[in-house]
Amino acid sequence: MNHEMIGHAYPASEPYLVTVAKIQAFADAIGDNNPIYRDEEYAKSLGHTSVCAPPTFPIVATMSAMEKSFHDPALNMDYSRIVHSDQRFEYRRPIRVGDELVVVTVIEEIKALGTNDIATFRTEVTSKGEPVVTGWSKLVVRGADS
Amino acid sequence: MSDFSNLEIGSELPVIQKQFTRSQLVAYALASGDMNPIHQDEGIAKSVGLPDVIAHGMLTMGCAIQVVTDWIGDPTAVLDYSVRMTRPVVVPAGEVGVPVTFSGKIGAINGDGTIRVDLSAVFADQTVLGQAKAVVRLPQ
Repeated sequence: MNHEMIGHAYPASEPYLVTVAKIQAFADAIGDNNPIYRDEEYAKSLGHTSVCAPPTFPIVATMSAMEKSFHDPALNMDYSRIVHSDQRFEYRRPIRVGDELVVVTVIEEIKALGTNDIATFRTEVTSKGEPVVTGWSKLVVRGADS
Repeated sequence: MSDFSNLEIGSELPVIQKQFTRSQLVAYALASGDMNPIHQDEGIAKSVGLPDVIAHGMLTMGCAIQVVTDWIGDPTAVLDYSVRMTRPVVVPAGEVGVPVTFSGKIGAINGDGTIRVDLSAVFADQTVLGQAKAVVRLPQ
């Protein structure tokens, strides 16, 4: 990988519209039957304005934004040799129905470890200009002989 | 309703067991947009040195936090959540699937009304997540 790309920020992604159907499909897929992911009245009873998303839902928007950067020739990253090793989310406010998630991907760190590169991508997620969640995805890019 | 009044460091949250199946991996791929074939196609999984199809690490992460969110009720109380994906969950063909056990215990009680929950995910007697932890705001 090109270590000179550390600090580079990619252009903001196209807005990802959050719907009840998308939240419910994600909750179904992780086997989570909490009604806050499906029932607007229930979500309102907890003080929210609408159905909210599960904690790992932001990956739906952040992964596709990061994938665009993986293919940047300037980054020189072998997409076929990636392992997602770490993930963190720091939440600013709940993701909810009607949000239009926009992701700015930043190459926060690239470190060599033996023949591997370990890259940390920071993903700043906003909706209509308001900070929603920051993600950090650490990827191991295996070297040719590992 | 859970009782949040007498929490102590080391207190354990209720354990969750889930069965990971191939059809769940398909559902997760569609819902998340992660269509990597190592989560669907055993020929491709084996060609890259895996024993069989493996679950998405993000599926395991999404399940582990349910230990916290089932207990706390409102999932938006989770303020920070991080994991290291240390081992894969290998999912054989068929609808029986494989069991994965998720547990959590209180690792810290902070002065600002938040706690840290340390999480564990175990498949085939081995942990599959490392350093898994969530900072959670307690109900007022």
